[in-house]
Amino acid sequence: MSDLHAHVVIIGAGHAGGTLAALLRQLGHTGQITLIGDEPIPPYQRPPLSKAWLKGEADAESLALRPLEFYEGANIDFRPNVRAQKLERAARKVLLSDGSELTYDALVLATGARAIALPIPGADLEGVLFLRTAADAEALKAAVGPGKRLAVVGGGYIGLEVAASGRALGAEVVVLERETRLLARVACETLSTFFRDYHEQHGVTFELGASVVGFEGMGGHITGVTLADGRTIACDAAVVGVGAHPNDELAADSGLETARGVVVDLEARTSDPHVFAIGDVAHRPMPIYGRMFRMESVPNALEQAKQAASAITGRAPPPGEVPWQWSDQYDLKLQIAGYAFDVDEIVVRGDPTSGKFAVFHLNGDQLQSVEAINSPPEFMMGRQLIGARKRIDKAKLADPAVSMKEVAA
Amino acid sequence: MAKITYIQFDGTENVVDVKTGLSIMEGAVKNNVPGIDADCGGACACATCHCYVDEAWLDKTGEKSAMEESMLDFAANVEPNSRLSCQIKVSDELDGLIVRLPESQY
Repeated sequence: MSDLHAHVVIIGAGHAGGTLAALLRQLGHTGQITLIGDEPIPPYQRPPLSKAWLKGEADAESLALRPLEFYEGANIDFRPNVRAQKLERAARKVLLSDGSELTYDALVLATGARAIALPIPGADLEGVLFLRTAADAEALKAAVGPGKRLAVVGGGYIGLEVAASGRALGAEVVVLERETRLLARVACETLSTFFRDYHEQHGVTFELGASVVGFEGMGGHITGVTLADGRTIACDAAVVGVGAHPNDELAADSGLETARGVVVDLEARTSDPHVFAIGDVAHRPMPIYGRMFRMESVPNALEQAKQAASAITGRAPPPGEVPWQWSDQYDLKLQIAGYAFDVDEIVVRGDPTSGKFAVFHLNGDQLQSVEAINSPPEFMMGRQLIGARKRIDKAKLADPAVSMKEVAA
Repeated sequence: MAKITYIQFDGTENVVDVKTGLSIMEGAVKNNVPGIDADCGGACACATCHCYVDEAWLDKTGEKSAMEESMLDFAANVEPNSRLSCQIKVSDELDGLIVRLPESQY
């Protein structure tokens, strides 16, 4: 099925869906393209919401992937404020929340993920916030400022980025983390310790091993977070960053294969040849690790947009990628390449106290992932080494006096 | 506002008006000019917005930061006039700028 005249319906106008629509036109697709989004604005970048945007260094215009006029000019039918309710695959039809329906030749599910809410008392109080959408970010921005007390529930990347931005805006910030260390699910101990120290130096306080059991409020507004040990942490607002759940219900209800995410192949195609899934919602193969998983990152959204665009326009799929992501906190640039699967050895290159170092995760003498703090060479070369599946000389890798080019030679 | 010419690897030219204050990368992405991936959206974290600045414009596009230099050092097909287009801000001075794009951003 590679018909440049096909009607492509994209459900979800996030980074993945918006990029796919634009890519299809770049690749010469002349058929109808309909882009459905449940937010009021055209596709925008989410990463700055916790960073530059929150700090007031970016505005709505710079957040937008492309201006609204682009969609009309490119003959892309962008429909905001609408959700897909039901997928009838036999008839190749999608029913929308405004009562209308669309018939497709190719359907792309780019429905993303949603922030996980805590099922605890007080979760519906005003001031209990999330950070997923521009509207969420707007509410958070209004809640942080000089002297305001912000409780961050969850010491993951989102939580830490919000903490850093909150401090930059003059708020008092406390991070509450259930595990005994930060970034417990996604990073190694060296990095956890480094980030805790760095944030503490910038005035953030931490409660580790702290289980949040409720939110307290007065007059409908949050006044504090209750911990399992009985203490209450007073605050003016709380932001909950404890992970996301894929919006895969539309697919599952229509009988498509799902596994905490919509199962797809290397062309981003689901078990139905007319249906694709891309971005945060997709459970996809990652050949360099010989397994399938779901990723939540912009590079993943872009890669899968390329895969689907190639398949729909009848082109060869893009060459396999090494997944990567980044985080900015204070003056720290963290760049991560790969995932730390089956790791049996960790090599730290450089001195963490210098604020410039990299942590390499190996399986035998093969590099699986690298976490680089203010260290672009380690990230760039590490990413290439992960992709090349090459034998690594660990002694050279551990020695910052040996350049990364020599390590790779 | 400045007129920026993006020349694809295959010679195709895209000429677009880019607002002052945006980056050369944003000018391409917002106008759907192909050839610039810009995975990180301008955070100088990915080196997928690599371009070659026309020799005549090198003075006006300014100096590379240490971070940009360091990222470019490991990008593919780097030349002395290589830049990360997210790090060049558009000003009236750059009206007429010509940049060439590499065959691939990887």
